[in-house]
Amino acid sequence: MAYQWNWGVFLQPSASGDDTYLGWMFAGFKMTIALSLSAWLLALLFGALIGVLRTVPNRTPAGLATAWVELFRNVPLLVQLFIWYFVLPELLPTGLGNAYKQANPVLQQFLASMVCLGLFTSARVAEQVRAGINSLPRGQKNAGLALGFTLPQTYRFVLLPMAFRLIVPPLTSEFLNIFKNSAVCSTIGLLELAAQGRQLVDYTAQPYESFIAVTLSYIVINVTVMTLMHRFEKRVAVPGYIGGK
Amino acid sequence: MTYEFDWSSIPGALPFLWDGMKISLLITVQAVVVGVVWGTLLAIMRLSSIKPLSWFAAGYVNLFRAVPLVMVLLWFFLIVPRFIETLLDFPPGTDLRLSSAMMGFALFESAYYSEIIRAGIQSVPRGQISAASALGMNYAQAMRLVVLPQAFRNMVPLLLTQAIILFQDTSLVYVSALADFFGAAYKVGDRDGRLVELLLFAGAVYFVICFSASQIVKRLQKKYTPA
Repeated sequence: MAYQWNWGVFLQPSASGDDTYLGWMFAGFKMTIALSLSAWLLALLFGALIGVLRTVPNRTPAGLATAWVELFRNVPLLVQLFIWYFVLPELLPTGLGNAYKQANPVLQQFLASMVCLGLFTSARVAEQVRAGINSLPRGQKNAGLALGFTLPQTYRFVLLPMAFRLIVPPLTSEFLNIFKNSAVCSTIGLLELAAQGRQLVDYTAQPYESFIAVTLSYIVINVTVMTLMHRFEKRVAVPGYIGGK
Repeated sequence: MTYEFDWSSIPGALPFLWDGMKISLLITVQAVVVGVVWGTLLAIMRLSSIKPLSWFAAGYVNLFRAVPLVMVLLWFFLIVPRFIETLLDFPPGTDLRLSSAMMGFALFESAYYSEIIRAGIQSVPRGQISAASALGMNYAQAMRLVVLPQAFRNMVPLLLTQAIILFQDTSLVYVSALADFFGAAYKVGDRDGRLVELLLFAGAVYFVICFSASQIVKRLQKKYTPA
């Protein structure tokens, strides 16, 4: 039996009646974008902090930062997600745990996904930040200190401005990864793109159209992010370095 | 009141969990083998001067790298088996879904392996190919006897690191109902109402395996890197 192609299915009213199937896809698309961007902010914030801590001369914070990176890098994303979503609420103090469990289910899924993706990616960002700082000539830090800067000032005014510009290209690839990894969050029921794709298969019985549309959406996200980041990379590239002007 | 842990369902479930771990390891080994072989072919195609081959390899790698693993697994779990069954006119009731999901996983990881291998081949100095052709070798001989052995030697740590990532990725076959280690742990936890303990246990097991493996890779890397 030949497969009946029907691209018009996206314009049909959806099972819930108040929307089209295209609307479902668009809702998934928005969810994927919102989740990835908010998780990316977390990842940058924690990644920068942990990455810097890994390079400081003081042993204790450096050790803690290393432990952070190893912990988040050596447990699969799916396991981390399930721990944030199923385990953590149980371990919170009762009042807080109950408040969380009574919250809107979509909010619960979104929060767990955002924190999970953000911290998972923060370990990778931290490694790039550390590599960026370590790639700078030793003399930069010494020069900063010799000028009378304190250590935090040396980081703030000398090391980090250079390091961040150097690590933009590897961060681009982490940024792309966060969009792809967000598909994992469909497993806890968050209705992002991949989950909407599965739902479309179930409701429309048009598996090819649904999956092709969702896959294309991911490719569109990928290409858009790459194009934007490429422009950004050019703007911030350090003159004199490979890739700089 | 804080949560009261009860780890008692784990000891009895160990054989079941071990079966799951065997599946995880099987998928890992299978994907690494396919990934290295198919990834090498893709890398050679990509670097080849025959344009259609190079376009095909570039298209393949970029496509798989632009799409989330979860989507690839769903494709190979839900769509591809139906397609093959109608195409080859399989008797109804044949279940291709599991082998298809495993294949999809391997094809996905090949794209990542191919990029590592391409970088490895490109790290071999050009003069080596020139020297090989000066000795009378053709392109295939030069690749096989001169370039690839050196390339692979340089790549060993990266290939192993990728294998660790791949082992972690196997947990995602959860979406295709393959009973790997994570799937097994989830099932036991769900059955006994001890999801908290089982998920923490699974996380700890993955951590111990991946952390020790990455430490070994680090030591290997030090040994292989010329001082």
